[in-house]
Amino acid sequence: MVALTYHAPESLEEAVQLLSTARQPVKVLSGGTDLIIQMQGLIQDERLVVDVKKIPGMRAADWTEDHLILGPSMSCAQFTKRQDIQAVFPGLVEAAYLIGSTQVQGRATICGNLCNASPAGDSIPALIAAGGICDIATASGRRELPVEDFVIGVGKNALQAGEFLLGVKFSPPQATTKDAYLRFTPRTEMDIAVAGVGVRVSVENGVCTDARVAIGAVAPTALLVTKAADALIGSALDEAALTAAGQACKDSASPISDKRGTAEYRQKVVAVLCKRAIAIAHQRALEN
Amino acid sequence: MARLHVESKINGETQEFLCDASQSLLDVLRDELGLTGTKEGCGTGDCGACSVLVDGRLVCSCLMLGVEASGKNVETIEGIAGDEGLHPLQNAFLENAALQCGICTPGFIVASKALLEKNPNPDESTIRYWLAGNLCRCTGYDKIIRAVQDAAEKMSHPA
Repeated sequence: MVALTYHAPESLEEAVQLLSTARQPVKVLSGGTDLIIQMQGLIQDERLVVDVKKIPGMRAADWTEDHLILGPSMSCAQFTKRQDIQAVFPGLVEAAYLIGSTQVQGRATICGNLCNASPAGDSIPALIAAGGICDIATASGRRELPVEDFVIGVGKNALQAGEFLLGVKFSPPQATTKDAYLRFTPRTEMDIAVAGVGVRVSVENGVCTDARVAIGAVAPTALLVTKAADALIGSALDEAALTAAGQACKDSASPISDKRGTAEYRQKVVAVLCKRAIAIAHQRALEN
Repeated sequence: MARLHVESKINGETQEFLCDASQSLLDVLRDELGLTGTKEGCGTGDCGACSVLVDGRLVCSCLMLGVEASGKNVETIEGIAGDEGLHPLQNAFLENAALQCGICTPGFIVASKALLEKNPNPDESTIRYWLAGNLCRCTGYDKIIRAVQDAAEKMSHPA
């Protein structure tokens, strides 16, 4: 592996200082399940690794008066056990549950999955659907960015040198607003999404009053599909509205063909997943 | 580059070791501490052969830096058998012929023990999903699943 210099700062100020004054390429470490593998390939190179897990609050997911704040270092295993979060954001929890094996879940983090910016990252469409806002630490303070603007390309995120993701925050929705995430994989476990769809719908008196639809693994980045949401808002979430939303997902997709599926197949599947995910979120909204 | 001094609890005993920042916990266990029971299969977190528990959580030791084990409680296959002999899971793997080449076995036993501690009576589907991150290229898995069921039965109804 690459030559590493390791620091585990115990305060945010110290972390920002390390990141903004680093002379060599620097990586932020939380779960490490992507980062450690990526660093194995690098031979004659140096990296500064800043392990942020020892900074207070990084491994937590706490409710404030207005928000749920998900820390960058909370493992998926910790996250998926949280029934308080499951009750409000079931789609986010099911996406986190799909990332990797039991072993990987023990280390991997949702914020890491987001920063890694894989087109097929399962958490990203679910984070977008749930309306997540990235809280970013910068050398001069903090800035915010919606999750849908955070991933800017394959393996590329919007963090500038010296910045790191402090967490993702969510406004808790009404009880009649619920999310869902579905992905398709050839195998039931240990596989990477061929397509994934995260949705959130609000239902009042049988009518959809708000919706968010995001697609994954069918474009260089996960995408917020506003046309799909437009097809749902004002409808009774009937078959015609679902079909229109599915078609909007298909139209927005620009997938590649690879060993897990052809572009044509992915476009078809993303429309089907969209309809199914909406039906699940709709049912969840009705149950509350 | 200066080596890092790390103190961890390994199988119940406090141990100090020196490691490079780039060494994985797996490298540290095998190369620095001589605990070669934990195996390297893929080195990329796909096969589960290097499974260990860190503060009670099942993880791939290849996906964690050795230095990240500082202050942590690490349990490996070497810590599974007690003073009285093999753990019921180890006996069940032998009795059910749940191993052939044996490379995956330490990982399966560590992972299965973590499951049975959480859920002493898992059904077959639960066992299969829990162990989806452990690959075995010899047995076809059925014997492993039966061994875990057998151990669960014996542990909940000791003779």
